[in-house]
Amino acid sequence: MREIHVDRIIGTVKNLCIKANYELPQDVREFLLKALEKEESEVGKEVIKQLLENADIAQRERIPICQDTGSAVVFVELGQDVHIVGGNLHEAINEGVRRGYTEGYLRKSIVRDPLRRKNTGDNTPAFIHVELVPGDKMKITVLPKGGGSENMGKLVILTPAEGIEGVKKFVIKAVEEAGPNPCPPVVLGVGIGGTFEYATYLAKKALLRPLGVRHPDPFYAKLEEELIDEINKLGIGPQGLGGITTALDVHVEYSATHITSLPVAVNFNCHATRRAEAEL
Amino acid sequence: MGDYKRLKTPLSEDDILSLKSGDRVLLSGYIYTARDAAHKRLLESLDKGEEPPIDLKGIVIYYCGPSPARPGRPIGAAGPTTAYRMDPFTPRMLELGVKGFIGKGKRSKEVIEALKTLKGVYFAATGGAGALLSQRIKEAEVVAYEDLGPEAIRKLYVEDFPLIVVNDAYGNDLYEEGRRKYRKI
Repeated sequence: MREIHVDRIIGTVKNLCIKANYELPQDVREFLLKALEKEESEVGKEVIKQLLENADIAQRERIPICQDTGSAVVFVELGQDVHIVGGNLHEAINEGVRRGYTEGYLRKSIVRDPLRRKNTGDNTPAFIHVELVPGDKMKITVLPKGGGSENMGKLVILTPAEGIEGVKKFVIKAVEEAGPNPCPPVVLGVGIGGTFEYATYLAKKALLRPLGVRHPDPFYAKLEEELIDEINKLGIGPQGLGGITTALDVHVEYSATHITSLPVAVNFNCHATRRAEAEL
Repeated sequence: MGDYKRLKTPLSEDDILSLKSGDRVLLSGYIYTARDAAHKRLLESLDKGEEPPIDLKGIVIYYCGPSPARPGRPIGAAGPTTAYRMDPFTPRMLELGVKGFIGKGKRSKEVIEALKTLKGVYFAATGGAGALLSQRIKEAEVVAYEDLGPEAIRKLYVEDFPLIVVNDAYGNDLYEEGRRKYRKI
């Protein structure tokens, strides 16, 4: 049994919220550079140049990459031999988010309830996913998730007979309908299988994978490549102004599912795919 | 790229008629931020017979909810938000004299039609370029609805704010044209 004090968790979450919002991950930057070389549209190239310059300004001048500093989505891989002391995990994460968003000059974008809509003032609560894993370590990933891209998300339960073609058709239609709204070039998380709620969880979790890393199962890796190719033929392009860079990457996660079901969930992330992680 | 048109606010009808979808514009002068909540409150107060908190004639509205300013700076990150959420309010804003709207993402048929009949323009700024755009904002002041926080109405002074015309006063839509040009399936 290894002890981790909540103060460490609070400090770590605070730092991750700030880091994620000011420093575009290196893999995303590299993919934008590659897209700049390939893009055929002049306006599209200009947009990608602006995004790269924006990332530099954000880091240098300490201005958030985007004013929508997001919902704080927090993934925790918690070793089952860890004993958290000094308080409870969920409160510690929320305290970290509170401090990160306040001290880091980040926008507070969370309302207490979806209909009466009063801002909580400190960007809490976070949306927390905890997975128990073997070992005595704790890994925390903060994924600040912008509203514009999140709002384009879709879920469907297909029939098993619709198969892989049905999945592709649904994903491509979702991208086509979203058009310029989710701030393309996007990163797509696709969750296939599981149950109603688990498919959406997988779609979100797929966004954590670094760009360019394919699914370990060659069958699903091929599906990812086919989706990238077809999505980039839609013509939507950077910011939807036309071009061949609509998706920077597509990540698929799958799960076992019921004999009657084929759930498919699509979670959009914008080009500012922000994430930061730390291990305790 | 050297083919930017320079414009100053407030926008005249001649300015509006000179713009075509696809034009790149560097906008200078005062513009006003307003998002969902500010639109709703403004139009509800007009319905009650109250005066608008700002003069709407010829102004440009920026769909933007900035992040907080660091000490010594006018504003934090300040890129555009997705515009379709303001679609239900936009024809009425045009009737009230607003001439330009800055956001990102597509507009409804009703908005595109209203831009044509009431002579207005919808510009896109680059979504997710909040740090870059922030540097073109020289002054910022909350002028109404302070309690709405990031959604309050702010008067911004911008210099060479980089925009592209998406929907002009002739019914054109750059999102449709751009996509058609590069579509391969």
